[in-house]
This record gives sequence, C-alpha cells and structure tokens, in this order.
Amino acid sequence: MTEMVFGAVPVRDGEPVLPKWWRTIDKWSLSCVLILFSIGLLLALAASVPLAEKNGFPPFYYVTKQAIFGAAALIAMIVTSMMSPLLVRRLAVLGFLVAFVALAFLPFFGTDFGKGAMRWYSLGFASVQPSEFLKPGFVVAAAWMMAASQDINGPPGKLWSFALCVSIVLMLALQPDFGQACLVLFGWGVMYFVAGAPMLLLVCMAGAVVFFGTIAYSNSEHFARRIDGFLSPDVDPRTQLGYATNAIQEGGLFGVGVGEGQVKWSLPDAHTDFIIAVAAEEYGLILVLCIIALYTGIVVRSLMRLLRERDPFIRLAGTGLACMFGVQAMINMGVAVRLLPAKGMTLPFVSYGGSSVIASGIAVGMLLAFTRTRPQGEIADLLGRGRR
Amino acid sequence: MTRTPLRPLARILPARAAGHSPDEIERENRAARHEEMRDTSRQRAEGRLLVLGVFFFCAFMVVGFRMGMLATSEPVEPRASAQGAAISAARADIVDRKGRLLATNFETHALYAQPPHMIDPMRAAKELAAIFPDLEEKKLVKDFTGKRKFLWIRKKISPEQMQAVHEIGDPGLLFGPREMRLYPNGSLAAHVMGGASFGKEGVHAAEVIGVAGVEKHFDDYLRDPANGQRPLKLSLDLTVQAAAERVLYGGMKIMNAKGATSILMDVHTGEVVSVVSLPDFDPNNRPRPATSGDQSDSPLFNRSVQGVYELGSTFKIFTAAQAVDLGLVSPDTVIDTKGPMRVGGFPIGEFRNKNYGKLTVSDIIVKSSNRGTGRMALDIGVKRQQEFLKSLGFFEATPFEIVEARTGKPLLPKRWTDLSAVTVSYGHGLSTSPMHLAAGYAAIANGGYTVAPTILKQNGPRLGKRVMSESSAKAARDMLRAVVTTGTASMGEVPGYAVGGKTGTADKPKPNGGYYEDKVIATFATIFPAHDPKYVLIVTLDEPVETSGDKPRRTAGWTAVPVAAEMIGRIAPLLGLRPGVEPRSLTDITLTSSN
Repeated sequence: MTEMVFGAVPVRDGEPVLPKWWRTIDKWSLSCVLILFSIGLLLALAASVPLAEKNGFPPFYYVTKQAIFGAAALIAMIVTSMMSPLLVRRLAVLGFLVAFVALAFLPFFGTDFGKGAMRWYSLGFASVQPSEFLKPGFVVAAAWMMAASQDINGPPGKLWSFALCVSIVLMLALQPDFGQACLVLFGWGVMYFVAGAPMLLLVCMAGAVVFFGTIAYSNSEHFARRIDGFLSPDVDPRTQLGYATNAIQEGGLFGVGVGEGQVKWSLPDAHTDFIIAVAAEEYGLILVLCIIALYTGIVVRSLMRLLRERDPFIRLAGTGLACMFGVQAMINMGVAVRLLPAKGMTLPFVSYGGSSVIASGIAVGMLLAFTRTRPQGEIADLLGRGRR
Repeated sequence: MTRTPLRPLARILPARAAGHSPDEIERENRAARHEEMRDTSRQRAEGRLLVLGVFFFCAFMVVGFRMGMLATSEPVEPRASAQGAAISAARADIVDRKGRLLATNFETHALYAQPPHMIDPMRAAKELAAIFPDLEEKKLVKDFTGKRKFLWIRKKISPEQMQAVHEIGDPGLLFGPREMRLYPNGSLAAHVMGGASFGKEGVHAAEVIGVAGVEKHFDDYLRDPANGQRPLKLSLDLTVQAAAERVLYGGMKIMNAKGATSILMDVHTGEVVSVVSLPDFDPNNRPRPATSGDQSDSPLFNRSVQGVYELGSTFKIFTAAQAVDLGLVSPDTVIDTKGPMRVGGFPIGEFRNKNYGKLTVSDIIVKSSNRGTGRMALDIGVKRQQEFLKSLGFFEATPFEIVEARTGKPLLPKRWTDLSAVTVSYGHGLSTSPMHLAAGYAAIANGGYTVAPTILKQNGPRLGKRVMSESSAKAARDMLRAVVTTGTASMGEVPGYAVGGKTGTADKPKPNGGYYEDKVIATFATIFPAHDPKYVLIVTLDEPVETSGDKPRRTAGWTAVPVAAEMIGRIAPLLGLRPGVEPRSLTDITLTSSN
C-alpha cells in the first residue's frame, strides 16, 4: 500500500489545463496580487502625472504604459503559474543564464540614465534592468542545486550556489546596486536557512554581513551618504525622506483626497521608490495598511503552503521567491517610514516600471506554480507514522 | 553512531540462497534511508519556514505600526535648515564712561535686483541711474538683460532713495533690511572707534563686522548674542574728547604742524580718557587705506599708538628718576655738564651748543641738559637702564585695546652700547609711541607703579608692580614741576592746576639715515596737578613751526607746551578738577615750640 502511494506523481493526463490550474492554484495569493496590481494602476494615475508633465507627455501617458506592461505581466504570471515545477525549473535556469550574461555585459552596453549607476539596457521603447529578471532565475537555479545536494551522492550544490551568489552580488555591487545585491544575498540566505544551515554558520554569516556592510560604508561614498542620511536624527525636510515623511503625516488616517497630494510634485522618485508616500498622502493610512496586509497575505500564505511541500526543490525555490518578494516590499515601505536606510527598491506590482512589473509577474507566477496544490503523500504519513 | 549497512549480510545471504538479486535489497535500503533523510530535512524545514513566516508577519506589522505612528503625528512645516546659521546682525552699542552713545546700529536697506522678475529692465536701469548718479545706465542694462539672476545694486540706501526706487515700481527691484553701524558723533574719537563694514551678506540680513579700532578688537564681544546687547563701556569721556580734539586741532593749525596727537590718561587706572590723532576721518564713511605714499600721512594712521617716534628730552626724567631711585644721586647732587664730552667716539652736545657748566640734577632736567643725563646714564649702566625701561613697558607694543596698538612696536637700538645708553637717556635711539610715554609718565605720577593703558572703563585703581620708590617718584615730580615753573616749559603754567612736565624736541630722522634740520617732533609730557597727580597728558606735534617771532621756532616749549596748557585749561574743569592752591614747600617753614 505504501509503495503504491509513494511516487505516485499526480498524473492526470486527461484533465484539461485550465480547470486543473484553477483547482490547484492558491486563489488567495492570486487575488492579492490582482488587487495589488489594481492599486498600482490607481496610484499611477496620481503619481506618474508629474513625470509625464515634466517629460512633455500627455498626463496619463505613463498610466497607459503601466497598464500595457501590467497586462503583459499578468499574462506572464498566469502562463508561468500554469507550468509544472519541472518546466518552470528548466525555463528559469535558461532565463537565469541569459540574465547572468546580460548582467555581465552591462558595463559595456548599458546606460545609467544619468543616475550614476549602470543598471539598465535601453531598448528604445522601454528600459530593461537585467537584475530584476536575474533574481527569480537565480532563486530557482540555487534551489535546484541545493535540492540536488540533499540526495545521497548528490553534488555539493550548496557550495556551488554560494559561489554563484557571491559572483552575482559582486557584479551588482560594482554597478553599484547594493539594494539588489542585498536582495540576492538575502534570497540565497533564506534558502540556505530552510535547506538546513548549521546554526553556528548562521551566526557567522550575520557577522560577515555586518563586516562587509561596514566595508561598503567606508569605501563607497554612494553607500555612506545614504546611511549617514538615515542615521542623522533630524531628517532634512528637503531630502526625499523628508518629503516622504511629511507626506505620510499630511495624509493622516484617510488621506488628503484623490489627486490632492503634493508630494508627487516634489519627489523625483514618487512613482517608483516612494509610491507608498503618494498612497499615504492621497488615500491615507487605510490604503497603506491594505497594501501591507496584501503583501503579508501573499508571503505568509505562500510560506504556509510550502510548509506542507515534500519536494525539496519546490520548497526551497518557493521560499526564496516568496521571501524575496516580501523583503523587497518591506524594504521599500521601511525606507519611506525611516525604519531602513534609503535604498532604490521598487514596490512590486505597485511601483511604476516596465521591467520591474514584468519581472515581478514572472517571479510571482513561479511562486504560484510552486505553491499549487499537489498530492503530498499525506496518506503515507498517516500510515507510516507507526514506522518511526 | 551506528552505521546501518546497505547490504546487510543477514538479508543478503538468505536472498542469495533463494536466488534473488542482492542489489534489490540494497536499492530498497537506499530508498528507505533516502526517505528518512528527506523526512528529517522536511521536518527541520517546516520549523524554519514557520520561523520565516512569523518573521515576515512581525516585520510587516512593524512597518504598518510605524506607518500608523507617522500618519497620526502632526506634520511639521518643511523648513530650510542648515545652509549656514542665520546671519546675526545684532551688534552691541559702544558708550563712553558716562554712558553716552559712541556707536550704535541703524536700520537701513540694501537694494538688490532679480533680473528674471523684471518687467521693464530698460526703464528700471534708466530711473535707477537717475536716482543714483554714480550708477551707469549702460552697465545696469547689461546686468539686467544678461544671464545674471541676482545682483546687489547698493549696500545701503537712504529712506528717500528707497522711496524713489519704490516708485519705479519694478518687481525685480527688491530691498533687504540691513543693520548699519552708526557713529553719531562723526569723527569724534574716530581712531578709537575704527569703523565697521558688512561681512557675510544675505538678502534678509548682513553681518556687521568691525574693521579697525575697538570695533575690531572687541568684534567677538560686540557680536556675541550671549552678551545680550550690553553696551561696551569705554574709558573715553565724550566731552573731554571733544574739547581735546578742538584744542589740538586749533594748536596744530596755529603751529603749522602736519599732524598732532594727544593722550589723556588716568594715572591710577590707566584709563585713557581722551585720545586724539589728527588728521582724522569719519568712521561712518571710513576712507580706503592709502595705496601709495607714506601710510603715516593717511588720516587712518593713529599717531597715538602707531606713530613710533624718538620722543627726545621727555625721556630725561626716567634717567633722573632711576638715578635717584638707585641712590646714585639726589635732586641736589651737582653734576658737571661741561663739554666736550665723548662717548664711544661720538661727541655729546647740548641744544644750540650751550654749555651749562655745573648743574644740580634738578637743574639738569629743568634746563634739559643732554650731557647731564648722559653722565647719569653712564653711572646707571646699560643693564640697569634696560631693565628699568623694560619694566615701564618701553620694549613692547602697548596692551591698549585697539587693533592698531599691536603694530606700535618700539624701535630699540640693535646693540645697546654705552653710547646707546647715553642717547636713550635723552630720548634718542629709542623710538616709542606717545602711548608708551603716557604709561611711563603715569608710573612717575602715581608714585612708582606701572599701569597698563586701557580703553575700557575701570572700577578703581589698577596699579601694576612697583618700579621706583615713592620718594624717587616724588623727587621726579618736583623736577617736572620745576620745569614748568622755571624751565623750558614756562608757557605750560595753568593757574590753579600745578602743571608739571617735560618738553621734548626731536629732529625727525630722514628715511635714508641722518636727521632733518628743520623737521621736528615736539612733545610735551605733563602731569597735573603736580603735587597729587591725577592725569597724564601727552601732546605731540608733528613738524610744528611757530612763526610769530623773527626766526621760526620749533622747540616744544614754543609749540607743544602752549597747546598742552590750553588743553589743560579747558579739560581740567570738565574732569572735575578744581583749581587749587599749591601747597608750599614744607622746607621753608620752621616749626618751633613756643614755650
């Protein structure tokens, strides 16, 4: 009996794709993502108007653009979420290789858009940030390696993935893009943690992070300025943080009203890094708490579903994706409320940005694919409990 | 740790015997072990995933909580912070010893333009040029139509000019409030005041900084908001200062001098009650420093502290006082002043080659004998002479609290030989400022204590260390009195004020060595009243010549002395000194018992 159930991969050749998808998908997370996306569009209506005016476009130029990219992202997400974990793994690893090469060639072919950091490829109609696509790909590839290492006679996958992680972090740090570098490092760390990192090593790693952070602080002016700005007790009201704080305070509980906000006119990054400040000013604390609840819902629910997952690869990859997604949102909002030092990090699905929203779509699509309901051998557990 | 073999013999052997493949047993065991490993790893992962979930939940809660805290706190008005501290324009007033205003602040406006806001730059330029004749219309048009976004037009404008600019009505012409330093007494005590100008300038305020005199010396005090605008109280007396300036100016004109200076000092406190240097200037409109010619001819030059001159015979009293103090002589000791006298190969002569013969020490001072003081100086010796003069402050710049005083460093002989000792004893070879001389005379006047000249009002005597005995000082004072009653300064007598003093006429040195025949510095150093001196007055005239007689006269007795006498006559009542009867010398009265 045990043997019959074990290894019985859910083969439902006859079941149509869509019903199967709908039956097994995490509908709560999917709804959260869709709501987040609509909030993003709503905020784009408010936040991107000044940018459009500045660049001489019709007022809702960026809203339209965001809607088009958003639709593409949603399609990408749904298509990805329909794939089997195996297919996701194969495509993601291929995509990772492409993004890795693209990242390596950034210094030669990229542009910095006058912002002082080489992060983008300009494609004419849009700009692509390879690191956005690299992140989910890296998570899947690293999860694959770590899962392989858990097999008897498996390869030293944890070591390999660590080497890969370090090389990516170095490349990102050279751009410089410490935000993405931290995210990649964090994603790897979370996966390693779940894959069974020794406690001693975890402590050492925390020490190493502090150490390298100190080095980055003392050697990179870009980095040091931001940390200093964060540590100074008084926020200069004319800095981005000052405007953001003021906007949140102005908004209060229910906001100043749709379209009445002022912060979007003063903040150059109102539509990306500080979108939450725009939300807080125009719609108040209510909407902000909604947004936070949506992110919490997606992350915690995904993690809880992965709790029951038996396949190490799926568990690891899902954990990495969910945590990266959550941390990115958390950092973005934490910066706006001055819990964290200023980091250029977008709010997934809500911030404006073509490659960001599509990359988020793909990443969440993968996450949804990994958290789909699969037979997990529960009966085997029930029956086999007496064995141990 | 117990190792479980994958191919346990206990199973392999029966399997072999039964003809089964032992590999299957191994595979089975391997699968079981794998399964076990995955189970442990899954259980560990379950725990850790739970930890992660809780972590994320808490972290998002914190962010939400913080959002709530921020959203419910009161927004503060964004204010421009940093960007340099606000310019503090407040500056304390300066008053005289009786609290009368010497310097204060006055509100005025600066005019500036912001060309981008201008409606009609052409018309504005034209009308501005009409209001301010020194502005060039062409240049203004160029400024207003060029790329400049901001320019100052005038630093200070009068209310009338401001109204006129208002009436142009151009929004690009703007006014910035200014605190301006005002000296209501004009040129009175100009060198003490110095002057002030703008430091850092902003649209809303400008820093007022002192550029000279007490304004610069006490700049930090005057600008320090911690002083609460408490005025700086000087030792000057406005009325005395005015009278002294009047008299000195008149004297300078009558005596055809090119410059003059006077110092009136309280002998017990070192307070300078009046200090004048002519020519002077108006600190409200301080002239630019001279870029060519002799700086000492500029009105900015303060002769009283910067003018370092050989002050001639006025120094003789120091030699006499020291000789008496050392017990080498008494005022009645007879010294032979007969010529010729040679020291180090140089002849020491008298004024107009006179030959006085045998003179008492007192008469040496009264008749101003160079040889007589020279002989005393040789008796005193180089070492003791240096020490004495040093203790009187002749070796360093005076501590007088105006910035210019630092530059008035005495010029000392490079090698102090016997010849130097002799020449210095009658005021040649050692150049000092009149302020030094006033401090030296104050020591004789107050009974032998050094005093440091000061411009700040003091509360009571401020005597330094003793440099000569009371009796030596008294002897020196008697000699000074005799100079006025019977000697070279007979014109210096002011009835009722018992003036004592010593004249000094020094030939001015040529820039290339040697001395002018017809250019002198005439000095009269006085103390009054001589029997109980309260004040020292130094009057110095630069290149005076008195032409009422058949020959031009340049000696101090004919030039500086009458000016000083006139000044004492005017200022002594202002100082509250009553004319009194001089006590007769006690030696003339014999007290006998009548029984």
